[in-house]
Amino acid sequence: MKKLINNIDNIVNEMLDGMACAYPQYLRRLDGYDVVVRAGGSKGKVALVSGGGSGHEPAHGGYVGKGLLDGAIAGAVFTSPTPDQVYEAIRAADGGRGVLLVIKNYTGDVMNFEMAADMARDDGIEVEQVVTADDVAVENSTWTTGRRGIAGTIFVHKLAGACAEAGGSLQEVKRVAEKVIENVRSMGMAVNACTVPAVGKPTFDLAEDEVEIGIGIHGEPGVHRQQIAPADAIVDALLDKILAEGIYHSGDEVAVIVNGMGGTPLMELYIANRRLNAALRDKGLKVYRTMVGNYMTSLEMEGFSITLLKLDDELKALLDAPCDAPAWVQG
Amino acid sequence: MACSVYECLALIGARITENRDYLTDLDREIGDADHGANMARGFAAVVEKVPRDNPDIGAALKKTGMTLLSTVGGASGPLYGTAYMEAAKVLAGREALTAEDFAAALTAAVAGIQKRGHATRGEKTMLDALIPALEAYTARIAGGGSLSDGLDSACAAAREGVAYTKTIAATKGRASYLGERSIGHQDPGATSAAITLEAIRDYTKG
Repeated sequence: MKKLINNIDNIVNEMLDGMACAYPQYLRRLDGYDVVVRAGGSKGKVALVSGGGSGHEPAHGGYVGKGLLDGAIAGAVFTSPTPDQVYEAIRAADGGRGVLLVIKNYTGDVMNFEMAADMARDDGIEVEQVVTADDVAVENSTWTTGRRGIAGTIFVHKLAGACAEAGGSLQEVKRVAEKVIENVRSMGMAVNACTVPAVGKPTFDLAEDEVEIGIGIHGEPGVHRQQIAPADAIVDALLDKILAEGIYHSGDEVAVIVNGMGGTPLMELYIANRRLNAALRDKGLKVYRTMVGNYMTSLEMEGFSITLLKLDDELKALLDAPCDAPAWVQG
Repeated sequence: MACSVYECLALIGARITENRDYLTDLDREIGDADHGANMARGFAAVVEKVPRDNPDIGAALKKTGMTLLSTVGGASGPLYGTAYMEAAKVLAGREALTAEDFAAALTAAVAGIQKRGHATRGEKTMLDALIPALEAYTARIAGGGSLSDGLDSACAAAREGVAYTKTIAATKGRASYLGERSIGHQDPGATSAAITLEAIRDYTKG
């Protein structure tokens, strides 16, 4: 394993200190915790708090700022943060109008955030939660844990964040978050796996000519493995699976994220987006906004995911609202 | 029997640490390759934070649960944390364990895991080791077996449960994303649960 790190046990700590040094205008680190909160506090507004394992940078700390998140918790690499850390984030972010937790649907994340929410409610803080589950790669069934939350979570941060910034109540902010969750779907693939520093070897092995379709964002294997194909064919396969959901119809307007998994050259993401844009047009879908870049990564994994969000006038206005955070500046 | 709860916890920690890479490799097949690392980190903190000389078993287990909860993360942190804290409630103030005490503690621990994880047996989780272990333990002591006898039966049943996890598909936790592809792989959580019971058994046999 070759990585630009110092001590494996100190990765998250050093990363957060580095972020805090870089962005004092946006955020500050809570002393003694792996938590960042908005530099100016969140007084008088509903606070949005999210988080998860580290390794998904810029998620989630990079989205702490105006019109996005009020607090973010960083767990160990690919490991949910613990309840005590989430609890401190809730307490620090609360501006007196309640806190909405945005949780990606993983067994550990849901358990840890729920325990923290219970602790905060005992203190009299109003806490609500939403669980993102945009990954269509895994089947949705009452008999399973359900779908994973992946890059579509960023749209929840943005649109619910805009609602909170505009003075929305906790129930209104939660409704917006749930509306986004209902209308957002994603699917990803990997060309190469990533290496968790504490493990020291790749999370799965792919042959020179193989790719993994339907990966999550923790280096976990995907739904199936196949021979590498041209980018256009891979985009088509991912898009077909997303469209098979039946929620995007000809004439609909969509926002798009072509999300890099951390180690993918932007060049390849643009190549993917070229095909995606054409394919959406062929299906009669109108692209309202496209984002191409590393928004929800998986360390140095090579690969990408596609996210579609179906828009209406309300969601368009929230998407267009200004925001200002390290990973998303919009005038 | 009289015991040092600290020494028993230290032995569990040592076994987890010895099996760190093994547990992580199992998790690498069907999860996210961190179970061994996370559990080892948790028990390193437990050994540091649990007082060596306090004989109160309940207090030590409560400290263990809270420490695991704040250091392990993932799903294992809340699940093992809850298990130790539920057992702690049953054993508050105890300085020695009878066979019946251990049955009550294990029952509470398993119930806590089921509640926290919304899971039951047959879902390729730690419960596939723990529920058969609990049943085997209670059956053995009901037949007059000692704590040590009960633990022998519990460990054998736990290992059978671990083997059983290889034959089924996961429907809970991160392995559930693999569906049928998870068949053939042994569950890391069931494995760490069996390792824990074996450490307790070995401690009681000195």
